[in-house]
Amino acid sequence: MLKGKDIVAINDLSQDEIERILNKAREMVPIARAEKKSRLLEGRILASFFFEPSTRTRLSFETAMQRLGGSVITVTGQEGTSIIKGETLADTVRMAECFSDIIVLRHPREGAARLAAGFSNIPVINGGDGAGQHPTQTLLDLFTIKEEFNDISKLHVTIAGDLKYGRTTHSLSVALSRMGASLSFVAPPTIQMPDHILDEISGMGADHELSSDLMGCIPKTDVLYMTRIQKERFPDFEEYIKVAGAFRLDLDMLENAKKGMIVMHPLPRVDEVHPDIDPTEHARYFQQAFNGVPVRMALLSLILEGDI
Amino acid sequence: MKEVRIAPIKNGTVIDHIKPGKALKVLDLLGIDGEERMALSLAMYAHSKKAGSKDLVKIEEKELKVDEVNRLAILTPNASISIIRDFQVVRKFNVAPPEVLEGIVKCENINCITNQNEPVPSRLIMTRKDPRTYKCHYCGRLQSDIEKNII
Repeated sequence: MLKGKDIVAINDLSQDEIERILNKAREMVPIARAEKKSRLLEGRILASFFFEPSTRTRLSFETAMQRLGGSVITVTGQEGTSIIKGETLADTVRMAECFSDIIVLRHPREGAARLAAGFSNIPVINGGDGAGQHPTQTLLDLFTIKEEFNDISKLHVTIAGDLKYGRTTHSLSVALSRMGASLSFVAPPTIQMPDHILDEISGMGADHELSSDLMGCIPKTDVLYMTRIQKERFPDFEEYIKVAGAFRLDLDMLENAKKGMIVMHPLPRVDEVHPDIDPTEHARYFQQAFNGVPVRMALLSLILEGDI
Repeated sequence: MKEVRIAPIKNGTVIDHIKPGKALKVLDLLGIDGEERMALSLAMYAHSKKAGSKDLVKIEEKELKVDEVNRLAILTPNASISIIRDFQVVRKFNVAPPEVLEGIVKCENINCITNQNEPVPSRLIMTRKDPRTYKCHYCGRLQSDIEKNII
């Protein structure tokens, strides 16, 4: 049962719970598109605490709440909050629970959502903690893949770009491994998948390889998941310059791709996916961004109202 | 090397087979800093038939509890503990690494929330026994050098 549950890491969810969320998300699509109306969460308040820049995640959570008739209180950035005065996160979440029914938290420090969940008496959803976990991105990624291919265990997924600092790739890799997909991690060695994630994946016995050859991986790939090289995650600017732009996907590179292969990207992109790919049958990144709304609607409704 | 002898204690705890050079850190980890006014004997780099050399600590009139000494396993996994009463060993056991290290070792991830000014102790959970591996409960980071980050 998901009612009242904190969602900090994808591993907090059982396989059944993930399936339940994805099925619920499918039911939510017409409401997300405003083809149907819902007052399911009327009178409920979401505290949206984003202490780090975000557009998609914040807006889709807020849209999800409002599409279900709920309302939102928002804090963005640390300015204007008591954090700047030195308030601890532990105190901030205990304050937030006085005003709301559920908290979504994005924070620049890893482990922040786990800490917040420990102090809060209302459910906490992790909206991304530093270079750590981003479970709702993973859920919408899984939803996007499942809408395309029903059986994830038969898929080969290539995840490319910034695998060291890109938190979306960490949660996704763990979830896909659990579901039996085989994986290629394609990145320059300095920003390859961290050991603790590889360790976790190996522990599940998942078939995976490390590579720096994007072209070579494309023919066997069913899902190509591209990510941005994130400048803000590099402690050293020179290292960023060195690796930035090393992984750019253009139309020519898709010549040997399988017919049904899809290209995903958590967005925003810079130049790692060429706009020429946008009109092709492969592009799914805008659909993926939309899917954030029904998936978060499913999550909010299941956590606040239970399995209805 | 000439054997170093320390007088037997009447009552208390003997911590033997400490990794050479770690006796002072052992005392530190047990929170013993001299303010307690306990009678202590300590030997460092003493001759050991088994290991070549070792450190040894004897604490008089205090019987350490299992929970107190198990944390020593992160520093010196082969240490043995003897509880002494009236010059006799009444109990002897080896230290065992705890499943959870709370407030003893800080997370090595400098960006972990527990390394900020938050009102929580660090919390590392053992995820594997061999090789012994701990993971931060909060940020999930696997720890590469526990000893270096002892608080």
